[in-house]
Amino acid sequence: MQFMLLFSRQGKLRLQKWYVPLSDKEKKKITRELVQTVLARKPKMCSFLEWRDLKIVYKRYASLYFCCAIEDQDNELITLEIIHRYVELLDKYFGSVCELDIIFNFEKAYFILDEFLLGGEAQETSKKNVLKAIEQADLLQEDAKEAETPRSVLEEIGLT
Amino acid sequence: MSDVVEKTLTALPGLFESQTGAAKITNRLRQLIKSITELTSKHEEENLIKRELSAIKEQVSSPNTTMKQMREIMVRAMYCEMLGYDASFTYIHAIKLAQQGGVLEKRVGYLAVSLFLNEGHELLLLLVNTVLKDLQSTNLIEVCMALTVVAQVFPKDMIPAVLPLVEDKLSHPKEIIRRKAVLALYKFYLIAPNQVQHIHAKFCKALSDKDPGVMASSLHIYLQLIRESPDSYKDLTGSFVTILKQVLGGKLPVDFNYHSVPAPWLQIQLLRILSLLGKEDQSTSELMYEVLDESLRRAEMNHNITYAILYECVKAVYTIHPKAELLEKAARCIGNFVLSPKINLKYLGLKALTYVVQHDAKLALQHQMTIIECLDHSDFTIKRETLELLFRITNAQNVTVIVEKMLDFLRSCNDEHTIIHLIGKVAELAEKFAPDNSWFIQTMNDVFSIGGDLLQQDVPNNFLRLLAEGSESKEEDDQLRLYAVESYLTVLKGHTSHLPQCFLQVMSWVLGEYAHLQESVDRREVIRLLTQLLDQRSVSSETRVWILSALTKIPEGQTDLILDLAESLSSSQDTVLRQQAQELRHLSQDSQLREWVLPRGAPWDGIEVDSSLSFLDGFVSEALAAGAAPYKPPHQRQEELCEDRALNLEPYSFSLPVSLSSCSITDRQSPTLLSVSSGLSGNSAELSQKAGSSTLILEGVKRVWGKDGYLPQKEATAPPVDEPSAAVQPASQQEAAERIEPRPEPSTQNQDKQQLASSLFVGLGVGSSVSLLGKSEAPPPRFRKKPRPHESSSSSGTSKRSSDSSSHSSRNTTDSFLYGSFPEEEPATSISTFDHTPKSTTANGLSQNKDTKEDRHANTSQILGGDMVIVRPSTIQDKHPPSVSSDLTALLPADLKDLPHSDVISLTSDPSLSLSSCRLFRDEALLLVIFISNCTETVIKDVAVQLTCEELKTASLRGNVMDCLEARSTSVCHYALLMDDPHTNVSLTGTVSYQTQPGHTNTLPFSGTLSTADFIRPLVVTTEEYGKLWLSLSHDVKQNLKLLTDAGDPLRTTLNALKDALQLHVVDIIGSEGIVACRLLSGAPCLLHCRVNGAALAMWLRSPHPALPDFILYHCQRALAHH
Repeated sequence: MQFMLLFSRQGKLRLQKWYVPLSDKEKKKITRELVQTVLARKPKMCSFLEWRDLKIVYKRYASLYFCCAIEDQDNELITLEIIHRYVELLDKYFGSVCELDIIFNFEKAYFILDEFLLGGEAQETSKKNVLKAIEQADLLQEDAKEAETPRSVLEEIGLT
Repeated sequence: MSDVVEKTLTALPGLFESQTGAAKITNRLRQLIKSITELTSKHEEENLIKRELSAIKEQVSSPNTTMKQMREIMVRAMYCEMLGYDASFTYIHAIKLAQQGGVLEKRVGYLAVSLFLNEGHELLLLLVNTVLKDLQSTNLIEVCMALTVVAQVFPKDMIPAVLPLVEDKLSHPKEIIRRKAVLALYKFYLIAPNQVQHIHAKFCKALSDKDPGVMASSLHIYLQLIRESPDSYKDLTGSFVTILKQVLGGKLPVDFNYHSVPAPWLQIQLLRILSLLGKEDQSTSELMYEVLDESLRRAEMNHNITYAILYECVKAVYTIHPKAELLEKAARCIGNFVLSPKINLKYLGLKALTYVVQHDAKLALQHQMTIIECLDHSDFTIKRETLELLFRITNAQNVTVIVEKMLDFLRSCNDEHTIIHLIGKVAELAEKFAPDNSWFIQTMNDVFSIGGDLLQQDVPNNFLRLLAEGSESKEEDDQLRLYAVESYLTVLKGHTSHLPQCFLQVMSWVLGEYAHLQESVDRREVIRLLTQLLDQRSVSSETRVWILSALTKIPEGQTDLILDLAESLSSSQDTVLRQQAQELRHLSQDSQLREWVLPRGAPWDGIEVDSSLSFLDGFVSEALAAGAAPYKPPHQRQEELCEDRALNLEPYSFSLPVSLSSCSITDRQSPTLLSVSSGLSGNSAELSQKAGSSTLILEGVKRVWGKDGYLPQKEATAPPVDEPSAAVQPASQQEAAERIEPRPEPSTQNQDKQQLASSLFVGLGVGSSVSLLGKSEAPPPRFRKKPRPHESSSSSGTSKRSSDSSSHSSRNTTDSFLYGSFPEEEPATSISTFDHTPKSTTANGLSQNKDTKEDRHANTSQILGGDMVIVRPSTIQDKHPPSVSSDLTALLPADLKDLPHSDVISLTSDPSLSLSSCRLFRDEALLLVIFISNCTETVIKDVAVQLTCEELKTASLRGNVMDCLEARSTSVCHYALLMDDPHTNVSLTGTVSYQTQPGHTNTLPFSGTLSTADFIRPLVVTTEEYGKLWLSLSHDVKQNLKLLTDAGDPLRTTLNALKDALQLHVVDIIGSEGIVACRLLSGAPCLLHCRVNGAALAMWLRSPHPALPDFILYHCQRALAHH
């Protein structure tokens, strides 16, 4: 996979992950072009799109478009299912996910994506394992939070 | 902004409360997002973000900001970047956060790094230490984070630093860490394949890992490896088949199921691997028939995921060695796809058909009605894929209908990439299958007007070449040309302002060359039409040059018109035009000169040109004597003008305008001459990419190296165009009719479609199908080019050959060298050296250690592979062997003595024998000479040497078997080693078996390593040849190297150091740039372009071999590091 973009029906970018090195200018140009092209397509049309020398696979979930770029010899259908699996993961993690969850917790969405896809390839396809990995990291985060709290209280009352 | 967001925003507080603690949205981010949604204009958003960014800037630079705050700031910075604003000042802080923060901050820091920075970003270097530290951390989460970032962005040159640690992680007890390590190595393999070559065995372990996740990850690497060299992994076929069987049998844990299909991603990966392994290999394919059959059978459920698997299965079935039963099933599957009401499946069905019709054209016939429906589909994607399919089934009978469909589509299409892509195909079909001249010219007119100036350069080039070179029959050629002339005159009489430049250029060239064929048209009319074009403002100045050239060629008799024109142009602002106007005037007044300069109907290849311009030598020397400055080529001048400019992207391309205006008038007649004098000879397709200009390049016109290569013999013997037998047509139509029959009451619309079907699918009939297909067995094109034997002697032809066919030639030399040039009958040399051998071996630090094999191995490889011990001759021309080498070299056979060679180093020894070796550098191979010395006072019998090396081709040349070796004597045997594909280091192993007493055989193992550097040979080329070769090469690598600054001229010193270490050929040093060339034995060349860039040497390598630049770069780095 070359890159993955999430954007809203209004064309606002919500998430972008690039697996090929491109310049910022290039990224912006691609994003702009793709968002326009995909939004212009009608709902009954097929989810694939030939674009430059790449294949674009996109799917709309509620107000959010998920859009992946793959190479010509790749399998479009399985890419569609990758998108779906990612949505399932988000759904499970946030508990019936909506666009707002992704807007306000976009870093979480990235963490989940990184556990699922790494370097553009499927890393772990078992839903359970992905979520376990995320939970473990989150748990650590909680611990660290708790350990930190007393110190900041001390700081506040000027004891340090 | 979004009303949806707004609506939900009112419900926000409740939402956050419900996610107690978990939704740790920092207040600032929340505020930021909220206030952005409240804004109404883009301008307001810009202002807000600008304020936000300056607040962030202040915070990050404040020393009081804690890590915790920094994390929050970083999230905001990421958000701003996502909205498209530049927050690059935070990049360094992201790295700091990953470095200094606790786990919590690290996670965000690493995420920010992977989002902000590209592989090549210089700040990444600062991350290396952090990654190293985290990889060694005892905290699993930290290790995971480090591996995740490594697998996403990591600087290529720092891979060696982390590689051992990542490798260790392959045997980590936690599967998540093993999995991430495998993927990190996969990433390394993609960006620097040579770095991970030594760990292939560990990949194998990952493949047999008990955790399915780790195993699945290792398949990414295997897919890549097998794609590159399927032959090396055939032995794994069984394992892959077994894994797939287990997956299908539901042996994996249930949580790998996806919609109750077991591990679909894994299945697809395996199917891909299997199809690569089984391609063109019957015995391997047989191993997988059963499991493919099972796959097809199991995937029954009606869900996308099963179709994804089926699609991959079908592709595999059609890729591997065919089996009728499977093909039948696969064909049925494709039917299900194509007929599916779901549009995604239909699309995939079309794609599968496109792939499959190359093997079996009948399938297209079965689905013709669906295909026709898809052709009129409202979805652009479907339409385009259908045209792709039609392109594959085009033959001489249906070409007109298919091309018309394609042109219709293109007329309504406004996507640049699609137009370029499809119009090229139309031109290809037209050239291949054109039924008659008028259709061909008409279609090409459409191609030029639709494709316009977007067209790939080779389309007009090929077309003009076809007209110019013609076929065997002059009469036919003239008819075609005549038709073109007529057609263009008609076009030019209409509106011309909208015509693309490239079309105008083609027309003016054709009119200039062939207008005389048309007797009935008044010359004045032609001149008038062309002159008219000159007056149009939309005509570019390059096109004007074409038009004027055409006018120069239109024959005598119309002097008054021409003179008027020349007069009006002689005051033009454009100097090139003015010059041409002058030439035009002179030539039109002097018919004798014109006859000489522009001979009418002269043969294309008969004109010779002195490309060195030697006839000007006298003039030049006179001018020099009179004090003129010596000529500097343009690139040198440019160089001097802007010393400090960034790397010149095309340093060796000699731009056309220079050659155009500077070449003598004689060149006007034929574009070929230009191609010779301008010295460009790359493949036209490559050229057009490089040049990136959309204008027509003159010299491309007569290039004989097209996409398919130039094959004079084949074309000469090709049978005349096959007019497919008439019998085929009714048969296929009948079949078509049968297919359609069951459909209830065909409406008129349906009848139209049937009619279309019969015209589209003619020629795809049962029996004749395969041979009629354009793709499966390319039929002779309608327009055949004349074979041209002269080409081999022309300079452009030969240089092209030397660069492009190097891979073939290496193969040829391999064989002839291995089996031809060394006579086998020479006896083994056996010379007595009584007190000599022991001394020399001790002098060479012979390891007397006889304990274990391992020990010896380590020792020898250190000596031999160390590379530093060996003094290498400076160039291959150096005829004097270095004196430091041992006297053993005196034993070298006479014919090898003069070759440059390495020091003699000892390999191994035991009480009876001692072995030493020496490497000799021949142009086309590496000779490994092994000296076998008898250290005892008795005769040793039946000495036999065996040498094996998997990566190299080895051939024993002589002396590897001896009946007896006299006491205290030394025998010499040697091997020729050839390297086809570069490897960093190659290990050699071998054994010597011998008998000290009859019936008692001893063996003495030895081993050593060779480096790629041993196989590098200088490539002696001139600067011009280098320039041509440079443009024709595709794989390139760039890197900065250390510059040796200890001497006066750093560039020269560095290049000389490299030359000495690697036997490179320094072609030229111009200012602060140097060009260097070498090749892998007599195979693939590699060109190096070096440029001093501050304190570093910016090196740019190009080679036809994808991996060679990496290896050479690696050795250059080593050579400089040890200097």
